[in-house]
Amino acid sequence: MKADPKGVLTGTHFMDGDHACCEGALAGGARFAAGYPITPSTEIVERFSSRIPVVGGVFIQMEDELAASITLQGAVWGGAKAFTVTSGPGFSLMMEHIGYAAMTETPCVFVDVQRGGPSTGLPTLPAQGDMMQARWGSHGDYEMIALCPNSPQECFDLTIRAFNLAEQFRTPVMFMMDECVGHMTEKVVIPPAEEIEVTPRRITSRKPGDFQLFEPCADQVPDMVEAGQGYHFHVTGLTHSENGYPSMTVKSQEKLVKRLCSKIRDNFDKISLNEETDLENADVAVVAYGITSRVAMRAIRIVRERGFKVNNRKIRVGMYRLITPWPFPDERIHALAGRIRGFVVPELNLGQMCREVQRAAGGHAVTIPVPHAGGTVHDPETIVAAILEAAK
Amino acid sequence: MAKGAVEIIIERCKGCGFCVEFCPTKVLALSPAFNAKGYHAPHVVASDKCSGCDLCGMFCPDFAIHGWREKKASA
Amino acid sequence: MSTELIHPENPVEQFLRSDRIPHIWCPGCGIGTTVNCFTRALIDSKANLDKLAIVSGIGCTGRVAGYLDLDSFHTTHGRAIPFATGLKLANPDLSVVVYSGDGDLFAIGGNHFIHAARRNVDIKVVCVNNLVYAMTGGQTGPTTPGSVVTATNPYGTFEPSFNLPQLAEAAGAVYVARWTTFHVRQLARSMYEMFQKKGFSFIEVLSPCPTLYQRRNKMGDGLDTMKSYKEKSKKRDGAPTSEVPLTRDGEIVVGKFVDRERPDYLTLMKAQFQASLGERYQEPEMHSGCEFEQSEIDGGTICQ
Repeated sequence: MKADPKGVLTGTHFMDGDHACCEGALAGGARFAAGYPITPSTEIVERFSSRIPVVGGVFIQMEDELAASITLQGAVWGGAKAFTVTSGPGFSLMMEHIGYAAMTETPCVFVDVQRGGPSTGLPTLPAQGDMMQARWGSHGDYEMIALCPNSPQECFDLTIRAFNLAEQFRTPVMFMMDECVGHMTEKVVIPPAEEIEVTPRRITSRKPGDFQLFEPCADQVPDMVEAGQGYHFHVTGLTHSENGYPSMTVKSQEKLVKRLCSKIRDNFDKISLNEETDLENADVAVVAYGITSRVAMRAIRIVRERGFKVNNRKIRVGMYRLITPWPFPDERIHALAGRIRGFVVPELNLGQMCREVQRAAGGHAVTIPVPHAGGTVHDPETIVAAILEAAK
Repeated sequence: MAKGAVEIIIERCKGCGFCVEFCPTKVLALSPAFNAKGYHAPHVVASDKCSGCDLCGMFCPDFAIHGWREKKASA
Repeated sequence: MSTELIHPENPVEQFLRSDRIPHIWCPGCGIGTTVNCFTRALIDSKANLDKLAIVSGIGCTGRVAGYLDLDSFHTTHGRAIPFATGLKLANPDLSVVVYSGDGDLFAIGGNHFIHAARRNVDIKVVCVNNLVYAMTGGQTGPTTPGSVVTATNPYGTFEPSFNLPQLAEAAGAVYVARWTTFHVRQLARSMYEMFQKKGFSFIEVLSPCPTLYQRRNKMGDGLDTMKSYKEKSKKRDGAPTSEVPLTRDGEIVVGKFVDRERPDYLTLMKAQFQASLGERYQEPEMHSGCEFEQSEIDGGTICQ
């Protein structure tokens, strides 16, 4: 369906990534946010708190991130599209409720504007150190969807996509920004509402008594209801059967948890969105995401401008930009590994997504990490050096 | 003549004895018999005293007993 | 005509997911007794059961949600209140009840309790207080009184405990009462009153835990505890909540302690926005589902 015009601020704007994320949430249908202030993410809910009374919805500032991350889920079951916004320390506190959302198949969005860690770390400075936490942070087995914007425009566009994916697959979606993208101000074009596709909740057409809240449809995702509709349904974080009742057996565990994973894995093609630039005949593929992808583009241009050669032939380098780092594009990376010399993986952490690249490459191409502890972006020259090494 | 009656679902009972102890007219006692789970469920020992107040039903943590007042038409 | 054929069903039955009974609670546990009272209050208040949601945390009392045939949510440990807050604010037509235990609501969830009371979110909180962490094996909790033996205080407890009515009143609750599982009629009445209140309402119900509290302290079984409630309870409606702390063997003051009016969260929110924004203010409109024609995509009903 099309976006509700009330939430769409159509026009050409000059705004930062945090504000654009908020506008994306509103355009995507979010009418409820629960938050707790934390730099560098707070501007998102500050804007939401200013906008929502004239759009029609609720913002509540909770007492901590534990509360915020479950309040939003209560709102979802009350019928709202809802999200919360945080940064590293708050993201750590939210982990249990990301697991709860995965287990109860509660569609919602968690925005993490990444800053330097561990612990309080660098509150005002960028990092990309939460990528593995986004995937694996809660206990137990589940699959995750995560998106990484690299511009304020993408903060708008991909936030809508995050809400749509959450609804389509009844799952929590991680929106992994970084401080640079959050605080970078650029042109943001917000289209008219009728040009914005919004995925509505998968509300069942079945009647009470003929509906099971966790019975999967053909795409492995169950339809949903909201409270107050007469279904008298049960939701629990315990292992449950399709009717929602606790069922703590080996059989129920296997059936449920495997489906929570396969509903994401088997729908990979509908979820995954990654960008390939100049990879057709590349020797080297730089794999990057978020702000680092923009620094990496600078490094790629430097390599071309300087005309670096290997075996008397100019190095051909392209970029594989992870827009949906999770689920990780194993097959595509594996295919690329079969025809390039090496991957270069710059990231604002000491080695997270590079491990995924190395794993997916399966030894068919070298993987050279370009680690950075965070606090600023890479010096492009460090990426240039890695490209030269990978091309050897 | 009893003014009320009780119904006991023996297999739900866990034998806590609340109903026996707090019955205002002492209608009930724990049965010497065991239910399938090995508990002594209550049985009625003074049916004529039952007022149908349903205090047993209010107390019973296992939803295993309740009382009601007899209507004259069915007495 | 046989009375067996025409007698009324147990009033609790219509509220139970009967296929899930018998429940997991121990013999002599009082949680089921509180459920009886709760259902009598639902009957008396003529509650619309389609518009009533129950939210529990984790623990023995946390299982109440799963046994009641309502929209029910068994959430994470300590977080029933913030979940209920989101549910209520997203759909104010719902009557939202939080039903959980003392450890869940006042240790891991203590911060949420005081803040929801401060905000005066219109939710009803029933705390079944068995003075101990029962589900996990009888460890000390925030309401465990001094000088008792628990799994984690094998030489006796020494931490001071919370006086829950005083905490609730101080934090802002509009309705505060305490009963025990012996006071079934009074508890049902109190729950009825709670449903009539708008705002953050709180009822503490003392309940036996024969398996993990009484047994370790040689206090007998559930029935012995019920008898002690009968002996030691003293009804003092309106008692200052500072005067009602619980001790190991002392008097148990029961009654309705607080019944006052304060505007609830949504009332305050709307008033503030209307004062600041005038006609620009839009009432919350949450509907996330499809208002258009439904079609089958991938076997699921996704709207076009």
